[in-house]
Amino acid sequence: MKAIIDLFKRLFLLELIKGLRVTGKYLFERKITVQYPDEKTPQSFRFRGRHAQRRYPNGEERCIACKLCEATCPALAITIEVEQRADGSRRTSRYDIDLTKCIFCGYCEESCPVDAIVETRVFEYCGEESGDLLMTKQDLLASGDKLESQLAADRLLDSQYR
Amino acid sequence: MLTIEIDGKSYQAQAGQTLIEVTEANGIDVPRFCYHKKLSIAASCRMCLVEVEKAPKPMPACATPVMDGMKVFTRSTKALAAQKAVMEFLLINHPLDCPICDQGGECELQDIAVGYGNDISNYQEDKRVVISKNLGPLIATEMTRCIHCTRCVRFSKEISGVPEMGDPGRGEHMEIGTYVEKNITSELSGNMIDICPVGALTSKPFRFSARSWEMQQHNTIAPHDSVGSNIAVHTRRNQVLRVVPRENEAINEIWISDRDRFSYEGLAADDRVTSPMIKKDGTWEKVHWDTALAYAVDNLKKIDSKSIGTLASPTATIEELFLLQKLMRGIGSNNIDHRLRQIDFSDQEQAPLFPYLGQAITDLETCDSALLIGTHLRKEQPILNHRLRKAGAKIAVFNPIDYEFNFPIAAKMIVAPNNWVNNLAGIAKALLGNGLIPATMQKLLADVTFDIEQQTIAKVLQTGEKRTVLLGNLATSHPQFATIRALAATIAKLSGARLGYLPEANNTAGAWLAGVLPHRQAGGEVVAEAGLDANAMLTQNLKAYMLLGLEPELDSCTSSLASLEQADFVVSLTAYKTDAIENYADVILPISLFTETSGTYVNAEGLWQSFGGVVNPTGSTRPAWKILRVLGNLFDLAGFDYISSEQVRDEVQALVGDKKPNNSAGWQIPTSLDNMASDGLQRITEMPIYSGDALVRRATALQDTLDADVAGVHVNPTVAKQFNDSEQVQVNGISLPLVLDERVPDGCALIYAGQNVGAWHENVDVS
Repeated sequence: MKAIIDLFKRLFLLELIKGLRVTGKYLFERKITVQYPDEKTPQSFRFRGRHAQRRYPNGEERCIACKLCEATCPALAITIEVEQRADGSRRTSRYDIDLTKCIFCGYCEESCPVDAIVETRVFEYCGEESGDLLMTKQDLLASGDKLESQLAADRLLDSQYR
Repeated sequence: MLTIEIDGKSYQAQAGQTLIEVTEANGIDVPRFCYHKKLSIAASCRMCLVEVEKAPKPMPACATPVMDGMKVFTRSTKALAAQKAVMEFLLINHPLDCPICDQGGECELQDIAVGYGNDISNYQEDKRVVISKNLGPLIATEMTRCIHCTRCVRFSKEISGVPEMGDPGRGEHMEIGTYVEKNITSELSGNMIDICPVGALTSKPFRFSARSWEMQQHNTIAPHDSVGSNIAVHTRRNQVLRVVPRENEAINEIWISDRDRFSYEGLAADDRVTSPMIKKDGTWEKVHWDTALAYAVDNLKKIDSKSIGTLASPTATIEELFLLQKLMRGIGSNNIDHRLRQIDFSDQEQAPLFPYLGQAITDLETCDSALLIGTHLRKEQPILNHRLRKAGAKIAVFNPIDYEFNFPIAAKMIVAPNNWVNNLAGIAKALLGNGLIPATMQKLLADVTFDIEQQTIAKVLQTGEKRTVLLGNLATSHPQFATIRALAATIAKLSGARLGYLPEANNTAGAWLAGVLPHRQAGGEVVAEAGLDANAMLTQNLKAYMLLGLEPELDSCTSSLASLEQADFVVSLTAYKTDAIENYADVILPISLFTETSGTYVNAEGLWQSFGGVVNPTGSTRPAWKILRVLGNLFDLAGFDYISSEQVRDEVQALVGDKKPNNSAGWQIPTSLDNMASDGLQRITEMPIYSGDALVRRATALQDTLDADVAGVHVNPTVAKQFNDSEQVQVNGISLPLVLDERVPDGCALIYAGQNVGAWHENVDVS
């Protein structure tokens, strides 16, 4: 009996029709292809893109050089050196992120006790020469200054889940 | 032996032990902050609460003595609840600023909070804020973090012996500090950083430089005093960041002196020379090693080997010292010495194998009486001083300056250097009849008289069973050292005490064993034709000099560079390039410093301690033993084919064999017991604690301490009247401040070494 059913299935190409039905369904469905760069997909407020360092509203940098991000970074992409600033506070004299090493896991942001190092929504960047993808403290702070309103809004949205 | 039960298992304990000692010995964790095995028990933190059967409340393990059949529960519900509650209280006023705290990552409070604390705190109110104290250039404070365990207070009272730290105020108002704001003066103060369980006391030079998890730890030996403290060097990216002690009960227990702890700063000094240099027509140029070594060898070959002088610092490793003397003796020169601060060499043939402490370091803390001759022990050898302090012995001192000691002094004599011999002879005379001494010595003592002071010291030295006589740096550099040695040996013999030397540098003993002496080769073998001693080399004009790790203007008691400047050719193996070196040297061969080379130090008790390199040599510096090895090859000398420093060490060790120094026989009978004649103001010279060698001179934090503030001519107020109490005086043409110092005897002026005012022992012309 089973042999006869199999014969019919092969004769009328049942499996093929089944497959083509899926194809046919998507032929008439709404398209989700995005015409990048003219069009862009929506981003989550938790999007993990290129890094930035934030400041407090009074302009003081947040980072206190605790080195937790450096310690937690699984790709060893962060290098920090610390100094005592003239006012006695603990600050970084060097804060480098090597984006070629970074795996954008977000651990640095997660470990930061003062929300200084954050990952922005920026993912469109490139480097033409070696060293272009090494973000220094100045780069990070500049990026943070530029994106602060977005960053603050995103952290606010995220805070309700914490 | 008692049997107690902890967490259901029985353990053996000694009567009188506390619970925490038993748990510690058996690897059972009981959290604690205030308890420290080297300090007295305070039981103030209450963290070590454990449940004891039949006790109504949890008991502090650190203050509960064990009793037979006691049943203890360290992890019961009651114990855990108590620990949790205590932890919550401790954290009430703790700022929890771990991210900016230097202790973060190596903090006992952090660890125990994670292990025994609660996840959340009920405390919502404002936290206490305490203004930080300024304790000087070595210790940084953040007193808000303090949990009042009082370890530092007990440390300063019990270990450093200077009760500088205190805890005025009670309850909420209690603040740890120095009562009135002042620098900590203890030479062991750095240990407070280690024992502080939180980040209240941290290292100021190290401040913010690294996290504990970033650093690698390497074991090595401290390069300053003759104790040979065991240390661990913490490095990151080939850079030495700090030094901490390693536990060794037989040597330094768990303490190290500030000098050993903070001298690492000198490793990265600005005047570090990193490539070989030669002087051509008065200008220095950097050259390759080949060129520099060939230049040195070619020029040394031109000079008659008898007129080459070799001076070495006793801070070098035994391998370096051995190869240096092997090289110089190989080319036919016996003018080789390391005793730059000695001036009387008349009994060097009789001297013991090396300046031996006469006993093990641990023996010092069991002695019953001691006589210290010519030593500022606290500053010369802080760890030995601590051992002696622990002994609680009756201690007599015989010094040129009335130094402050941190233990009670039973008898003291403050004697101007020219009167030492007679006064020491008086002590010997007062002891006469207690033992047998050579007849000639007895004859010499016949005319000596003694008074009540000498008799008191003699009495002190007859107390108890274990007695010791220790000779310090001021005795070694005395112009009548041979006679003083003879008298000290006589006093020791008559009182049944052990005679001990306090060698000035970390490897003085090693230098003697390696044969860096004009009259002895490695292992103490006598040289047929003795060469010139250090003083002769620096006062007679030789044609060429070879220097190892020295700055003779600061290191030697002649304080003069005249003979080096007139020499035709000077080779300096040095780590630093100073103006003086640029002036007199012709070749600079840059050497690696103690963290960058492997080697061995021999301490005062004759213990050989080898260590490996910790970081790579700076720039193109090379370990001195490698440089000397290559120099040996270039001179075509046999036996210079070493491939490791261990080979060199083994060779020296074989030469030394099982020879032991004999302090009681190592002296000669002096010709007379006459005092030195003296007219005018006698100079007393002390090497300040933080100027003893090239490395520590460049340790910036140590140079900011009060102990390094030594400029000036110290005289007592009576003498000062001669100069109409003027603020500045002229000494040998140099203007120095006049410092009133009650400790200095009449007719004397204390001028610390390193102020460029002439030789150590001459009378000074002050106006």
